[in-house]
Amino acid sequence: MNSNNNPLLEVRGLVTEFSLEHGVIAANADVHIRVRAGETLGIVGESGSGKSVLCRAILRLIPSPPGLISAGEVLFDGTDLLALSEAEMRRVRGTRIKMVFQNPMTSLNPVRRIGDQITEGLSVHYGMGKAEARAEGVELLRRVGIPSPETRVREYPHQWSGGMLQRAVIAMAMAGEPQLLLADEPTTALDVTIQDQILALLLELQERTHMAMLLVSHDLAVVAETCDQVAVMYAGRIMESASTKALFEAPMHPYTVGLMNSIPDMAGTAARLVPIPGQPPDLLHLAPGCPFAPRCVHASPDCAETPIALSEIAPGHHTACLHPERISAGAS
Amino acid sequence: MPAQAILVAAPGAVLREIGRWSITLKIGSLMLLVIVLAGIFAPVVAPFDPYFQDYDRVLLPPNGTHLFGTDQLGRDLFSRVIYGIRIDLVVGFIITFVPMIYGVAIGALAGYYGGVLDGVLMRLLDTAIAFPFLVLIIVVIAILGPGVHSIYIAVFLVAWTMYARLARAEMLVERSKDYMLAAKTLGYPTSRIIFRHALPNIIGSSVVFSMADFVLNILLLSGLSFLGLGIQPPEPEWGAMVAEGRDFIFENWWICTLPGLAIVVAGTSLSLIGDGLARRLGQRHQAIL
Repeated sequence: MNSNNNPLLEVRGLVTEFSLEHGVIAANADVHIRVRAGETLGIVGESGSGKSVLCRAILRLIPSPPGLISAGEVLFDGTDLLALSEAEMRRVRGTRIKMVFQNPMTSLNPVRRIGDQITEGLSVHYGMGKAEARAEGVELLRRVGIPSPETRVREYPHQWSGGMLQRAVIAMAMAGEPQLLLADEPTTALDVTIQDQILALLLELQERTHMAMLLVSHDLAVVAETCDQVAVMYAGRIMESASTKALFEAPMHPYTVGLMNSIPDMAGTAARLVPIPGQPPDLLHLAPGCPFAPRCVHASPDCAETPIALSEIAPGHHTACLHPERISAGAS
Repeated sequence: MPAQAILVAAPGAVLREIGRWSITLKIGSLMLLVIVLAGIFAPVVAPFDPYFQDYDRVLLPPNGTHLFGTDQLGRDLFSRVIYGIRIDLVVGFIITFVPMIYGVAIGALAGYYGGVLDGVLMRLLDTAIAFPFLVLIIVVIAILGPGVHSIYIAVFLVAWTMYARLARAEMLVERSKDYMLAAKTLGYPTSRIIFRHALPNIIGSSVVFSMADFVLNILLLSGLSFLGLGIQPPEPEWGAMVAEGRDFIFENWWICTLPGLAIVVAGTSLSLIGDGLARRLGQRHQAIL
């Protein structure tokens, strides 16, 4: 999409750890991702795979203690966010990187008017006066498809439906046209019919502003529809990353294959769903090697022993698997 | 909050809001409104100068000219009770809401930051609570002399603790909510997040408590004045008036009874408001959730 090949966001070797009572777990272990301007990267994985932690680590919103970003770099537009001062970071959060949360019902303040919440960022970060911010807030709401925004800005969050609230949250995020939008499961809490509208809205806004987007989801269908690139996470690690097309046509990691096999096929073929055997791993007791090895049908004894880094097996297609050739053999 | 809603809403919205009030809240508010207006317009409402001593008219029982009768110095009791509103309600208001302001702020900060700050502030709070209040106020009075200044100082040292506890407890719940994280992702300064975003959500229990506290503080003020530790005669403070009248209680009951009833009426109105406010805030809370 973009001729400029430099990524807008590049996360290199990010490690985010949490100290728990029984030990330290790495919610992100050596995570690498890159997103270019105007591009959407989907992050897929099951609950607890470290997707949300990754978003928060990018914005440096990991509560510390217990959390700690212990290694890695988060390069945004050339600067390492992890090296910024808190005040500089606040500026980045307010203007250049925005985030949309999973549950719009709880991510707005229940006792403040929606209009006030939308215009607050404009006055805090852009020094807009009351009237100017108000006009801009109404315009933002109109742009995300809220009918008669002039009167609705006076209402409170409990008077709005979930879909409308998510639109309001997106409007807040779009204030000042951020370069990067982190969407942490933006449709999970919504009705299926509304999900599509919200995704379409996000894509439309992206097209208009050419922002980069990080779309976190556990829903492969959502990712397939909306993303240019996909990264699959498991146990805090990136297992596979590729363009959406390549990933869905020729997955190169057994976990990705397992995910795809456990989704009903809407074409109506009556094949039985194949679940991934076993349970998600206990992050406290991980083997040094591939965390997926105990559940993997292709695993060899080596898999659990040696750490496996992402390697490029086709242009732009990375996988953290020792035996990608076994997959293509198994698939056919 | 109703208070907040009233300040910003149009007249129609105010009427709608009042329509949702329970009967206790309505009656309490009406009583308080009458009391406050009587206090503000005391020079108009009171028929006599509260300090004027008329030795031809001492110890008169309640009658058409002197609604509440006169005391042993011939002062009109009704006028003194009306002017007493200015003292009791104003001092009561100050010793309730000034500590509320910094008490809530301290509690909010302790709850939000946790850790060392929380530890230090809460030990400070424990120290303030551990001190016996009456001993403290007698010490302050022994140093500074009796009067309203001593009451201010002693109360300000102690009264914030309850608000700090309430606000801290609520903040501990509130700080982990999504909208707080959302406010952080929007890059707002921490002070803004605490005082603009969290505060409206944690203030409810303190507002309800403040009404009960207001009542107790009026009782405290009149109690201290009754004991001679607070407002001094000839100021028309209700508790001090009861103290002056107690020598005459069997012959001239009205001198201490009627100022005492003023305390009861003021306390009742505030209690009704507190009760009704707790219910109304609860309703609004449920509507929001």
